Amino acid sequence: MGQQPVLEMRGIHKQFPGVKALSNVDFRLFAGEVHALMGENGAGKSTLIKVLTGVYSIDQGSVKLAGEAVHLKSPLEAQNAGISTVYQEVNLCTNLTVAENIFIGREPKRFGRIQWKEMNRSAEKLLKERMQLDIDVTLPLHAYSVAIQQLIAIARALNISAKVLILDEPTSSLDANEVAQLFGIIRKLKAEGLAILFVTHFLDQVYEVSDRITILRNGNLIGEYMASELPKLELVSLMIGKDLNQLEQLPTKSTSDKFRHNEMIAEAKGASRTGGIEPFDLQIRKGEVVGLAGLLGSGRTETARLFFGADSLDQGSISIKGSKESVDSPRKAINQGVAFCSENRKLEGILDDLTVRENIIVALQSTRGWHKPISRKKQNEIAEHYIKLLNINPPSADHLIKNLSGGNQQKVLLARWLLTEPKLLILDEPTRGIDVGAKAEIQRLVLDLSEDGVSVLFISSELEEVLRVSHRIAVLRDRRKIKEISDEEMTEHNIMKTIAGGEA
Amino acid sequence: MKNIVRHHLFWPTAILFSLLLFNFVYSPDFFSIVVREGKLYGSLIDILNFGAPLMLVSIGMTLVIATKGIDLSVGSIVAIAGALSCLLVSKGSDQNALSLVLSAMGLALLLSLLLGVWNGILVAKAGIQPIIATLILMVAGRGVAQLITSGQIITVNSEKYAFIGTGALASLPVSIFVVLIVLAIAILFTRKSAMGLFIESVGSNPEASRLSGIRSKMVLLIVYVFCGLCAGIAGLLVSSNVSSADGNNAGLWYELDAILAVVIGGTSLNGGRFYLIGTIIGALMIQTLTTTIYMIGIPPEITLVVKACVVLVVCLIQSETFRKALIQRWKTRNYPAEREVTTNVNQ
Repeated sequence: MGQQPVLEMRGIHKQFPGVKALSNVDFRLFAGEVHALMGENGAGKSTLIKVLTGVYSIDQGSVKLAGEAVHLKSPLEAQNAGISTVYQEVNLCTNLTVAENIFIGREPKRFGRIQWKEMNRSAEKLLKERMQLDIDVTLPLHAYSVAIQQLIAIARALNISAKVLILDEPTSSLDANEVAQLFGIIRKLKAEGLAILFVTHFLDQVYEVSDRITILRNGNLIGEYMASELPKLELVSLMIGKDLNQLEQLPTKSTSDKFRHNEMIAEAKGASRTGGIEPFDLQIRKGEVVGLAGLLGSGRTETARLFFGADSLDQGSISIKGSKESVDSPRKAINQGVAFCSENRKLEGILDDLTVRENIIVALQSTRGWHKPISRKKQNEIAEHYIKLLNINPPSADHLIKNLSGGNQQKVLLARWLLTEPKLLILDEPTRGIDVGAKAEIQRLVLDLSEDGVSVLFISSELEEVLRVSHRIAVLRDRRKIKEISDEEMTEHNIMKTIAGGEA
Repeated sequence: MKNIVRHHLFWPTAILFSLLLFNFVYSPDFFSIVVREGKLYGSLIDILNFGAPLMLVSIGMTLVIATKGIDLSVGSIVAIAGALSCLLVSKGSDQNALSLVLSAMGLALLLSLLLGVWNGILVAKAGIQPIIATLILMVAGRGVAQLITSGQIITVNSEKYAFIGTGALASLPVSIFVVLIVLAIAILFTRKSAMGLFIESVGSNPEASRLSGIRSKMVLLIVYVFCGLCAGIAGLLVSSNVSSADGNNAGLWYELDAILAVVIGGTSLNGGRFYLIGTIIGALMIQTLTTTIYMIGIPPEITLVVKACVVLVVCLIQSETFRKALIQRWKTRNYPAEREVTTNVNQ
């Protein structure tokens, strides 16, 4: 390409205490193209983005924007230079209105007073024109789903940015329709000449919108490729540095017949919660993996939360084997052998100020009560065991969990619940924002647990993944359980059709 | 060396020692301790003795702050506990009767425990934000203390009652032993049981704690009750020390000094990790500062200003962000263009 790149990073080095996050990484971005940055967790993708946007300083190396060397020292400077970022976890203020979030720091003012009407009007217009989103912008952000929040975050970035838009895992919380909508917008922006840097874990999405791919592994640059010239399998093996074939092979699972005579572990009868899920029945037998499929907002998470007692039931009952009482609090659920890995790691999962060790033992400790502490020695043994078992990186029990990458935090949370030796493990989006290698590890773990007689309720936005691990799938649509699918009917096509409502 | 600097007690201790050093340079007899009538006297002993109530209040406050809460009512509880016990003792026919003194103290502690329950219920069960929930008792509590004392200063004439505030054990003030016992209980309670983990976990992420099966509400209730109890004991020390109860002024502004001591000790107001020993050092630092200000003869009308200035400096030194910014500025003094924003870096 004879054209000059909009953005050029050369020989970037970045070191954190004890970790070499980036070493000698080059990266270029051309106007009017979508460039995917790929790599496993901890490969340095986020660090590269943060270095670029002035969150972190650069130890060595240069950044050129439109041919001129720049030193961006803060996200604000990066923004002013025309680089806007939308991060993986929505980082807007959920208690402010949509319009305020879009214009925060840049409110239209007259005589020092904020022009509220004008602000609301432009916010509405912006969302309608650029995101095809018709919503009430005067409501607080938390009134909307994470997916809508993400679109609003992108709208905000678009409104600021001029040259470069960075999307860090923008689709990890969007459903298929919303992804399509987003990609439509991305294509439009690309045609307008914007340079877009796109980070995702979804391989299909990479090929859907990207023109060019840069691969990082362990902080090193592996290479830059044209998307059309790089087969998917090769991309994956470049990312993880080993052959993918072994990952693809998961143990074959047997049909639902096998479980028909197993004892019942959990049973919901006419359970419902207003605004959450309409009355439904669901039975989970010993060793069975039941998948919940459906679009975002179809009531998957709500169903899972009812099984854990995280929300209270309005009607019906949910009983766990060996107990007559209905589960009505997480505490009771845990005591009855239920474990719940929430999709919202940050808010409902990790205890960010505490160490990996404490995060692992906390659920077990709470079942034992405060007066029976687990000895420090035992805690260390437990932590070491799970760090090894789940490949948690960095392999140190005394790291603060907030300093771990998303995938490793997820593994710590899995360890927390495995430690309680649950009868029923509820996994809500356990592989969200996790790289291919770790994803396969978690999928295999689910099947291994099932072999050992643990029942699993598995939720994922990736249909392929649900199909892979589940013995039976309950399909949800519009907060209603539509159908249960098992055995030979369990195909992607069938489930899609059910989700879409294309059958009686 | 680097590990020492990074230890969470390094800065509080360093600040305390530099204050002591200043005193030593300013007046060398600051460190002199004399024995009179089997009791030790000297500025250092005074700091421990007068600082005892603050240390007690701060111990309770530490646990409350660790849950991302705050207890503004401790000063009022100090006044109420002192007022009630003094009232009961003064009403007695024989003020020196041990049973009278003990039951007066017991009742006062029971009352402060109930006040802690009140705070705990407002915060944990009613879901009122801690600062508002405890503000209620902070304001109303002064009134209650006045009511108990009928607006007067109640004086007692009881050697037994004065013992915990002025007496000596093994040549040292009794109050020091009271602090040590409460501190030991607090440390054992939090570190030898799993309660410390639960408190830190609730402070760090209440919802995640609930989903991990921790009874968050119970944990909150317990820390507020414990804090109330600590304040009650402090109230007994204060009133015993002067053998009187002043509903208006006893324990005035203790809540603020206690919060300061906790923060200087390294516990964040955002909850999570807490450091009891750090808090004790923080409280000692504040008491040393007060003593120093009196000793070097700063005119009374500007003592508060001087105190505020020192506290400001201490807080700046304590702040990691500020230290990093300072270091960064020094390192890049010749290259202003390379001055990066380091405050956002988690490392």
